[in-house]
Amino acid sequence: MRRFWVASCLFAFLACGGGDGDSGGSSGAAAAAPLGNSSITGVISFAGSVPTNPAIDMAEEPDCAVKHSDGPTDPIVVVTDGKLANVFIRIVGGLPDGPYPEPSEAAAIDQNGCLYSPRVVGVMVGQTLEITNSDPLLHNIKAVPTENRGFNISQPRAGMTSPRTFNTPEIMIPLECNVHGWMNAYVGVVEHSYFATSAVDGSFTIGGLPAGTYQVAVWHETLGTQSGDVTVEADGSATLNFTFGG
Amino acid sequence: MSWILPPGASTFAGDIDFLYYVILVITGIAFVVVEVGLLVFAIKYRARPGRKAQYIQGSIKAEIIWTAVPAVTLVIIGLMSGGVWNHIKGRNSIPPNAIPYEVHVKQFEWNFTYRGPDGQLGTADDFTLRNQLHIPVNRPVELQLIAEDVIHSFFVPAFRVKQDAVPGMDINVWFEATEVGEYEIACAELCGLGHYRMRARVIVHSAEDYQQWLSDRSAAADEE
Amino acid sequence: MATSAVSLEPAAHTEAHELSFLRKYIFSTDHKIIGIQFLLMSFVFLLFGGLMAMMMRWQLGFPDRPLPAGQLLPETMAPGGILLPEFYNSLVTMHGTIMVFFAIMPLLVGVFGNFLIPLKIGAPDMAFPRLNMASFWVAFSAGILMMAGFFVEGGHAAAGWTAYAPLSADPEWTGVSGGQQIWLLSIAILGLASIMGALNYITTVVNLRAPGMTWFRMPLSIWSLFITAILVLLAIPILSGAAIMLFFDQTIGTHFFDWTDGGQVILWQHLFWYFGHPEVYILILPAMGMVSDIIANGSRKPVFGYHSMVFALISIAFLGWVVWGHHMFQSGMNPTLGMTFMISTMIIAVPSAIKVFNWMGTMWRGNIRFHVPMLHAVGFVAMFVIGGLSGIFMASTPVDIYIHDTYFIVAHIHYVLFGGSLFAIFAAVTYWYPKMFGRMMNSTLGKIHFWLTFLFYNLTFFPMHDLGIAGHMRRIYDPSQYEFLQPLAPLNRFITVSALLLFTVQILFAVNFVMSWFNGKKAPENPWDANGLEWTVPSPPPHGNFAKVPTVYRGPYEYSSPLVEDDFLPQTRKLASDVDPAAAGL
Repeated sequence: MRRFWVASCLFAFLACGGGDGDSGGSSGAAAAAPLGNSSITGVISFAGSVPTNPAIDMAEEPDCAVKHSDGPTDPIVVVTDGKLANVFIRIVGGLPDGPYPEPSEAAAIDQNGCLYSPRVVGVMVGQTLEITNSDPLLHNIKAVPTENRGFNISQPRAGMTSPRTFNTPEIMIPLECNVHGWMNAYVGVVEHSYFATSAVDGSFTIGGLPAGTYQVAVWHETLGTQSGDVTVEADGSATLNFTFGG
Repeated sequence: MSWILPPGASTFAGDIDFLYYVILVITGIAFVVVEVGLLVFAIKYRARPGRKAQYIQGSIKAEIIWTAVPAVTLVIIGLMSGGVWNHIKGRNSIPPNAIPYEVHVKQFEWNFTYRGPDGQLGTADDFTLRNQLHIPVNRPVELQLIAEDVIHSFFVPAFRVKQDAVPGMDINVWFEATEVGEYEIACAELCGLGHYRMRARVIVHSAEDYQQWLSDRSAAADEE
Repeated sequence: MATSAVSLEPAAHTEAHELSFLRKYIFSTDHKIIGIQFLLMSFVFLLFGGLMAMMMRWQLGFPDRPLPAGQLLPETMAPGGILLPEFYNSLVTMHGTIMVFFAIMPLLVGVFGNFLIPLKIGAPDMAFPRLNMASFWVAFSAGILMMAGFFVEGGHAAAGWTAYAPLSADPEWTGVSGGQQIWLLSIAILGLASIMGALNYITTVVNLRAPGMTWFRMPLSIWSLFITAILVLLAIPILSGAAIMLFFDQTIGTHFFDWTDGGQVILWQHLFWYFGHPEVYILILPAMGMVSDIIANGSRKPVFGYHSMVFALISIAFLGWVVWGHHMFQSGMNPTLGMTFMISTMIIAVPSAIKVFNWMGTMWRGNIRFHVPMLHAVGFVAMFVIGGLSGIFMASTPVDIYIHDTYFIVAHIHYVLFGGSLFAIFAAVTYWYPKMFGRMMNSTLGKIHFWLTFLFYNLTFFPMHDLGIAGHMRRIYDPSQYEFLQPLAPLNRFITVSALLLFTVQILFAVNFVMSWFNGKKAPENPWDANGLEWTVPSPPPHGNFAKVPTVYRGPYEYSSPLVEDDFLPQTRKLASDVDPAAAGL
């Protein structure tokens, strides 16, 4: 509200005497304690012949091209030593009823070298996603969700950050940049914080769980989805691996 | 401040620029007549003590003159323009030897589809380049503008060519470049927040260079 | 014929003096108060529209520097004072919308239609005073709604004031949803206000003319307002209909403009410009009419070719309906239609040319008093000519291929709407201010304001022609992105500085306007030695205007008539040779 006031004051060309009003209720409740100390770890593997990622002609954006020493490619399927990155892993069954602990930090996605980094990111419902531009040129960020409210915003300069939140679980919300048609990212919105994205070495960890049997689902943008069950002891750790085929 | 058009590089530039200068001269004369007339009247007929304005209701003769002269002049400009317009945008104006390209236009990029070595569009050996249009010099080219989201407008200032690309409409635009070089393509119709950056390049090659480029490019496409 | 319908007795209005403050000044049915309400409202919107222009000019002139005081704007508009492209597009859209619909149009039609029509035809008020009041408050509500669009999520409409579908039809392409819907609703509501006003003007002019006020004794200001009202009545419903169709496309899933589902994208453009070109004349005809009054008064001469001036107005009103396609030469419309619209456009330039020559003819052999209204009126002619001549470049379809959607168009529209309409508004406000408020404006301040405005106006808009000739597209956020536009950066900066100065010197007008209201010299009945009926009543006129129904003996422009010693001869002054209108069969 306060911003509206400031804007209207500017428009009305009036001196705005208003002080710092309370900018509205923040979620003051302290983050709930973790439900447990168990964790699920695993590795996502890739079997078969690795598809070639298409090359990107970045000649028109020299500021981005210089950030890619060996020719930029569109990282659709990222496989390193048989391990698959950018897989989104989340628990879909077996959790006790909420409320669930909220992540203490905002999730972040960066636009760097005319690519999204990371390409796949998860947020809990209501958690802030900070979208940053590290390139000295215009990116727009267009989200076309089916369950959440979409947006289409721009960041014409380096260093700009726009926070966004999502109110409804949704797997996955595509982000795109229309200035650079090759730029795609995916945001997984989950009602709890038990999710992870596989790293370059294919590994992932979901911690802070109570003992129990969980159903876990994994998602990849082109390779599809899989799911599996796993049981963890109190304060223990269990392993659950997945393999996508080529 | 300059009323001189920037250098043109297509066959349209001559005709359009000529019309522009004709209109510039005609309107320039009208401009001087009116503005100087106003200034002279303002000084000459300013109020002074003891003076009285002359009681004049009007003049049919004057009305006829200043109705007829602008009307005739404007119709002449219209007729001169008509021929050029039909040559550039008329339904049957596209020369039969024009090289066809498909242009898929969307927020905020121009995707130019080239016919491959078989010389046909819509076949497997077509290839598409983003924001790059390579054309040969002195040869008409025909662009099929296909807008995929909102209205955009294909504008190459140096070629004096501008044509809206409208979703749901088949719109072809043609031109013939006369100078080898690189020129900027701009979007001229507000198309969203990235409108100001919806730019591309047209690269005009000599006929031999164009063939060379085309075969290099096709070879590269085959490797992929 | 005119006499038969004068049924409102001035006496009936005398009781109305006991009205409360609220009924007298807020929910007033007095056409003069409503005119002043429109005036104050339009000036506020003129200020908003001007501020938006300044923000845009800053971005174009100094794309790398934060807007001064821009930190006051919220993050969604200008983080760190740097305008966002989406906010810039909203500014482009809203500057045009506010200026056209909430500043120039109400200033000309709302203010002077209301204030002048009854006073100049000898009527006690409008034919439908309550409808008149409703017209203002509906327009006011539409204005509030329009401004509210800045505060909704996703920002205000950003598809241009022309709201071309599909950009305006689907939030996916702009990120704007609520703002665009508010825009459409506000336009439809404003349309209602315009229609109410137009009905009133037409009825009043047809029925409430005083005895002897025949059609060809009406001042050109009234002629132009009458014809404008007819255009409003016919054109605005088309816009309202189109706006409602687009609103339905957005909200309830119709597909009028949705090309993927049986709709037609270009249909919006046809509907918009079928309204839009008559709208252009709505925005200039009243200006032409009032300027004619003022130039005759300033020159102390009859308007040269009064009848041809009237016929020029009428022919513009007819031809205005068959030229809309010239906005769409490059839209992919059938090129044969382009030929047709080019010829009709060339022809519509002729009546405008006739008017310019007649204004010059009016000044010719005059005895010109350069009071402030006259300065602005002559400024209007000088600037309108440039706007008219630059229109010929666009009318020529091949030349339009190059200059369409460039700053040449921006220059053209501002020479017509600022150099034309706004100078005429300055002329009219300064001319009728004594009658509106009973005070004289300060003449020295007025002259300084005119000359500085004239100077900075031309320094701002004339170089825009050059930008256009260099190919500079309009509605772009940052021209430095194109190599061929980079050499134009100094010219863009020059324009920005001129625009800031132009905006600043308007403070002189605001100061003059407000200070004169309280401290101005008391205005006499007829400060300009003018002939019209409004100058025969006190300044300001009482409720009901005329103590008794006036009788009109002659046309409005009998300046320097050989019949009398004075250099003016009021319409109501009965000479020995004059016959009573009833006896003359008028």
